[in-house]
Amino acid sequence: MSGSLTRRSWLGGFAAATLFAPAVLAQAKPRVIVIGGGYGGATCARNLHRLGMAVTLIEENAVYTSCPFSNLVLHGSRDIAAQQFNYDAIAREGVEVVAMRAQGVDGAARRVLLSDGRTLAYDRLVLSPGIDVRFDALPGYDSSAADIMPHAWKAGAQTLLLRKQLEAMPDGGTFVMSVPNNPYRCPPGPYERASLIAHYFKTQKPKSKLIVLDAKDVFSKQRLFLDAWKALYPDILEYVPLASGGKTTEIDAKTKTVITEFGAHKGDVVNVIPPQRAGAIAEVAGATDRSGWCPIDPVTFESKLQPNIHVIGDAAIAGAMPKSAFSANAQAKACAQAIALLTSGQAAREPKLINTCYSLVAPDYGISVAGVYQPGKGILADVPGAGGVSQLNASPGARATEAQYAHDWFNITTAEVFG
Amino acid sequence: MMRSRSRLVMQLQVCLSALALACLPAAPAFAQDAAALLKAPAGATSCSGCHGASGSALPTLSNLTAAQIEDAMTAFSSGTREATLMNRIAKGYSPEETRAIAVWIAAQPAKAGASK
Repeated sequence: MSGSLTRRSWLGGFAAATLFAPAVLAQAKPRVIVIGGGYGGATCARNLHRLGMAVTLIEENAVYTSCPFSNLVLHGSRDIAAQQFNYDAIAREGVEVVAMRAQGVDGAARRVLLSDGRTLAYDRLVLSPGIDVRFDALPGYDSSAADIMPHAWKAGAQTLLLRKQLEAMPDGGTFVMSVPNNPYRCPPGPYERASLIAHYFKTQKPKSKLIVLDAKDVFSKQRLFLDAWKALYPDILEYVPLASGGKTTEIDAKTKTVITEFGAHKGDVVNVIPPQRAGAIAEVAGATDRSGWCPIDPVTFESKLQPNIHVIGDAAIAGAMPKSAFSANAQAKACAQAIALLTSGQAAREPKLINTCYSLVAPDYGISVAGVYQPGKGILADVPGAGGVSQLNASPGARATEAQYAHDWFNITTAEVFG
Repeated sequence: MMRSRSRLVMQLQVCLSALALACLPAAPAFAQDAAALLKAPAGATSCSGCHGASGSALPTLSNLTAAQIEDAMTAFSSGTREATLMNRIAKGYSPEETRAIAVWIAAQPAKAGASK
């Protein structure tokens, strides 16, 4: 086989050298386009390629900045460079990486429109666009307000801006966080952030205060966080739940004030995590419902609104599965398998999926939540009897082990996704 | 002259890339990879989110037999083996599912850096 230049390998070589796969190719590989190069999209592109598809990954940023672990950048103990990955290894493996923005999807013609005007044809499309923060949800919080009161909920420039503000804040200052109601990216993320910034204050600026204003009363790993805060940061961190007036109703960027149902909180540094929705291309493709997120089939991840379009990761309504990098990575692999089966005329098999999320309450104090999921009643449902959070009252040694596992998870997963 | 020369270069490039594809030594491994991925039983591909190459506190699975993986999962599930997290995961799988996953994982070729 090697060495014999058949007509087919000539054509194959030509197809690989151009952006278009001629649809006339006899027995052409199924052509799959993946939009979005995060934990979901990059994993899916790689697995689709390994499954024998012709894969194009469309991602406008040449460098990906990971949200998981970006709270350690805010803490001051991690360089942003440790959060950053490129697509070189994925391209080397044979995935065509197009560093451009996808700005249109024609579902009927099965084409994606790129920002330079070109169109790409697909047999199946995977959307993994993550989230967009909503600048129409909190009165007073628009994109220019985010330059003053960063959300830092998409890692990168916003993370660095918030870190710079925390560094510049004098000891004795007040840091205010506004946390949205569900659903949003990374359910325990705001509480990990509050913890690590409280740790920064405790060790560097001990006279400072941190106020967490929450639009809900119940949150991920709640008992574990509340117990840890009481033990570690009693004089620094104040938590205000919905029931105590924690819900943000308005933002005043001029005075750096968060207005809640019961009062106003002015901060020296303010972090507003606003409500979110699926990344914009999902709506452009017609894959979002009125909630702003994408309903999917729990077996194939195919959109319930658009045939031949699959949605994974934060943008999807994945039932009991949280919007996490681990979920996106697990869904991506199951989705790739489903697409390979569907495009070869076979039925997709019911997946079983895992989520694991570690949070750092302090650099050497980790806690976790885990779950196992399977299709049930039209959604991805919890497998009864499985999952749950770390033990309450675990030993310091167990907390340190989980902190180490958190780091190991990051290294192993990013190696699988980007390495 | 210039034009025909550049066309020749282009043809040569196409020819070379076709050759490169036809000669890829990894092709059989890829085919094997594809068949294995297509057959992965429910739940099996999630594991690599935490279990990768060796050199981490999270153990690699690449040096374990199917029986070892199955025994460990069964012990995590029943609580006879302590864990920070795996007991919560293991309870989500039936004995049949656990066995299928163990057999599949043990059959995967070790990735670069893994100690098999």
